[in-house]
Amino acid sequence: MISYAFRRVLSAIPIVFLTITVCFFILRLAPGGPFDGERALPVNVLKNLRAHYNLDQPILTQFFLYVGGVLRGDFGPSMVMEDFTVSRLLSIGLPFTLMLGFTAFIVGTIAGLVAGALAAVNQNRWPDYLLVFVVLIPLIIPNFLMANLAQLIFGVYLGWLPVGGYRAGSYINLVMPILILAMPHGARVARLVRGSMIEVLGTNYIRTARSKGLGAALILTRHAIKPALLPVVSYLGPGLSYLLTGSLVVEQIFALPGIGKYFITAALNRDYGLVLGTTILYVFIILALNLIVDVLYAWLDPKVRLN
Amino acid sequence: MAGITGKDTTLTAYADALEREAPKGRSLTQDALRRLFANKAALVSIFLLAAVILIAIFGPYFLPWPYDKIDWTSIRKPPDFSKGHFLGTDQNGRDMAARILQGTQMSLTVAGVATVVSVVIGIAYGAIAGYFGGRIDAAMMRFVDIMYALPYILFVIILVVIFGRSPVLLFVGIGCLEWLTMARIVRGQTLSLKEREFIEAARAGGAKPFAIIFRHIVPNLTGPVVIYATLTVPEIILTESFLSYLGLGVQEPQTSLGTLISFGAPVAEALPWMLFGPALFLVLMLVCFSYIGDGLRDALDPKDR
Amino acid sequence: MKFTQVFKAVATAGALALMMVGAASAVTLNLGNGGEPGSLDPHKVSGDWENRIVGEYLEGLVAEDIHADPIPGQAESWTISDDGTVYTFKLRADAKWSDGVDVTAQNFVDAFQRLFDPATAAEYAYLQFPIKNSTKIAAGEITDFSQLGVKAIDDKTLEITLEASTPYFLQALTHYTAYPIRKDIIEKFGDQWTQPGNIVGNGPYNITEWVPGSYVKAVKSDTYYGAADLKIDEIMFENTQDLTAALNRYRAGELDILTDFPSDQYQLLKDQYPGQARVEPFLGVYYYVMNQSKPPLDNVNIRKALSISVLRDVIGPDVLGTGELPAYGWVPPGTGNYDGAAYAPAWSTEPYEQRVEEAKALMAEAGYTPENPLKLQLRYNTNDNHQRIAVAISDMWKQIGVEVELFNAETAVHYDALNAGDFQIGRAGWLLDYNDASNTLDLLKTGVTGTDGTVNWGNNYGRYSNPKYDELMTQASSELDLVKRAGLMHQAEALAMDDFAAIPIYWYVSKNVVSPKITGFEANAKDINRVRWMTKSE
Repeated sequence: MISYAFRRVLSAIPIVFLTITVCFFILRLAPGGPFDGERALPVNVLKNLRAHYNLDQPILTQFFLYVGGVLRGDFGPSMVMEDFTVSRLLSIGLPFTLMLGFTAFIVGTIAGLVAGALAAVNQNRWPDYLLVFVVLIPLIIPNFLMANLAQLIFGVYLGWLPVGGYRAGSYINLVMPILILAMPHGARVARLVRGSMIEVLGTNYIRTARSKGLGAALILTRHAIKPALLPVVSYLGPGLSYLLTGSLVVEQIFALPGIGKYFITAALNRDYGLVLGTTILYVFIILALNLIVDVLYAWLDPKVRLN
Repeated sequence: MAGITGKDTTLTAYADALEREAPKGRSLTQDALRRLFANKAALVSIFLLAAVILIAIFGPYFLPWPYDKIDWTSIRKPPDFSKGHFLGTDQNGRDMAARILQGTQMSLTVAGVATVVSVVIGIAYGAIAGYFGGRIDAAMMRFVDIMYALPYILFVIILVVIFGRSPVLLFVGIGCLEWLTMARIVRGQTLSLKEREFIEAARAGGAKPFAIIFRHIVPNLTGPVVIYATLTVPEIILTESFLSYLGLGVQEPQTSLGTLISFGAPVAEALPWMLFGPALFLVLMLVCFSYIGDGLRDALDPKDR
Repeated sequence: MKFTQVFKAVATAGALALMMVGAASAVTLNLGNGGEPGSLDPHKVSGDWENRIVGEYLEGLVAEDIHADPIPGQAESWTISDDGTVYTFKLRADAKWSDGVDVTAQNFVDAFQRLFDPATAAEYAYLQFPIKNSTKIAAGEITDFSQLGVKAIDDKTLEITLEASTPYFLQALTHYTAYPIRKDIIEKFGDQWTQPGNIVGNGPYNITEWVPGSYVKAVKSDTYYGAADLKIDEIMFENTQDLTAALNRYRAGELDILTDFPSDQYQLLKDQYPGQARVEPFLGVYYYVMNQSKPPLDNVNIRKALSISVLRDVIGPDVLGTGELPAYGWVPPGTGNYDGAAYAPAWSTEPYEQRVEEAKALMAEAGYTPENPLKLQLRYNTNDNHQRIAVAISDMWKQIGVEVELFNAETAVHYDALNAGDFQIGRAGWLLDYNDASNTLDLLKTGVTGTDGTVNWGNNYGRYSNPKYDELMTQASSELDLVKRAGLMHQAEALAMDDFAAIPIYWYVSKNVVSPKITGFEANAKDINRVRWMTKSE
């Protein structure tokens, strides 16, 4: 398993490199530059700015300078957030996005597991119909609409939760964003668990266990959960990347300092350095999480051989 | 975004089944579609969806206002039957009903274009991998596995930012990133088909590999393509609404459901009719797609029932 | 049900805890500041949201009063020579930096030298170009910075020499490009000098926290000479890029002031929060530029047809809903040093139908009819309001035989196209940097030809060029008599508008929402409201 993990890590290197290369050149093809704003800059000012960020060099030189920097852990300066280096912005935003994402991940997964199991056990009875319907809602309503409505209802009308903003240590501000982020994830988990649990409950060995007179709770915890979890685990990899991209919207609407917000702002403002930095980081995190999920999967299902 | 129809899970299981049950791959699909039509919820959804599509296409001919015509006398007004604004008007005095129908058309069109693009790429890629097999297959499928892991929405945003707002370009872009699952399915199907007698016969007759792929394998892919498209179209509709929220949607005066909702969401309280209509259409379509998707999943996996 | 109750209890407990913390702490102003500051360096910033922060932690020789008019700031008094070219400022004895160091005249000399240093690449350096030799230093023609017209006579006396008398110079000194800096701090920390912990200011508040994407926090500075009079102890400059979310935060009581709000919510605000939304005239013009360097818009008759067929009266009240006033001229009403009647073309009072007929005739003369329309692309940067105006105006143009293709793009792409002259019609806007008519009229001057033969059009995106206009503006810039100067500029404005150099659409308004808890927020034409004048009651 260790050698498998090692090979996977090695194979991630060309992917990250490919991402850097493709994004770097594609971004330079884009019309507009980081210094195009509401007002035209004097020619000599523009010249100085371009020189400051190496933008006056041949593009290949820029590319090698950039890759060299990344290898040393230096993602260069941000061209729009002029007072920050990209590395510093990422070091502020990454822990936040990860915290938001992981909390939503845990909340959503647990809620989804419970809801899915409840639905499966009550298959084709009213709790099942109700849950299947409820679970559909966060999947078909775009998350920005859900966030807008939640702010209006729970923040403005009912006054239960803060509408937005962030202060260090004020976790109540994060309740709404985390729930918005967790709901679609939980819904997908619930649907998967319901499906696989119904399947498992119908298998022969559960029937045997039941005929031996084992209690329903015991059957569920001892025999049904582990096999029913398998499809859920294989979903968690893609699920995490949905969560990370969901954070693009949530961070924007709730004014939270995460890398999703930086990515959007940077892409729209042609902040080459920050777009590349956030993209590389996203790819890196998602590759790492997928590796963890695969290893977890192998541990849960002895039939799977890692090769 | 993705996930409403459980597309990846369902389709991956389908692709695996195609591979596993290689010799009877074709009947697998046929059985599945037969079972799908026996599912009442799915059948109702199919009819509802067809109705929505027909209304979106033909409805505009029965409305008094075209989608881009400004009624200067009713700007941001609630529904007014005497003027023919059955669902109110937007901030430019344009008829919401007409815009919703146009938006539905646009959303379906872009989803359709993106699906077609991904199907074409997926077929070419999957058929080549499946037909040649061996190392080529292994390498090509490894690449697909890797691509699965990438946060493709980031690349879509970067692409849209670069190529601008042309809907065609935008959704060719999405299509180019959505082909992975299709490639897997086609590979499975190709693996199953290439052992069949008629392919053997064609090969013995001296046909070139590409001729075999396009003459004998591609025509047999209708079933998988239908299944794939059913599950992919709603995902793309949702992706489009996300891009619209970021201001990267289609160009005015054209619109899409996502664009309408992203304009309606902020005024949910002040101008509720701007949100209600588009949201109703989107939800109706996606619920239908979702039930069809569930039906397909059950149909593809008979032991589930 | 049970879950809801538990949830409610938890939320209430949390809210209570927060309130208890709040009661013990200082008076905090929560300001919905709009965008994210790209920088806090006075020589790098450019947006009004950055100005709001920079103007609280730094203070220039001249500061803004409650109406944003110039009052003594770090300088307690000044004298102006008879010819209006030499200003001598006497700094306050008690002016201090937040680390306790005295503010000296040398701080200002350092600041101006850095501002004009080509290596700084300060975007807005041109605002201080009235200062002697500044243009040449910024262009790299003079490398000896001591030739700049800013001299420290002694620690507390500063002398600024201008190229020529400039009536609006004191106004210009309130701008952040004229704020002092600490050279030693910048040398010590480099690009990182604006980070909390490093940053040193001489204004009423100190920057203590900066969480990009979320907020900037500033607290009262004890070393500020007026610290005893400050009623607000802390300012939270909140990032409120999503205007709808920001308004919801205001309604929930999380923000005290919003510096913008979605036009669609104006009616709702007026109904539910009477008197809190403040829409006031703002010195700025919203306009469409027409690219006159290429056909067909080099034809003045087509430009005229396009301009007169725009029904401006519906844009503000109906399309936007915030009641912006129609613009027919180039200089916003109320602009300083601009006495005399506002420019109003004869056609502006004609009935709209008559104007449309005239426009149709002009188009037909040029060979375009609704059956054989002129095809034009209209570019705007992505924004709800820009989009609505573009949709409305393209409908107005349809009837005179113009078929418009709308094209929106992000700000960077949009202005890149305008700068490069790669457009036909484009949306633009100009907010005055200082209260003087020349600030808008300069936009229409012919571009400067560089040494390599290329013309730098600057902000004159439409490439309007009329030698007579340039001549009038040159005369005005050297005219000492303010009335005569205004007369020359009025002539220039009429000339450009009769040439249809651009299509002015409406005069900007400032759109603030101010909680009844806040006093000392006086709406003004520059939309600058310094927190030092405000109070907040609980």
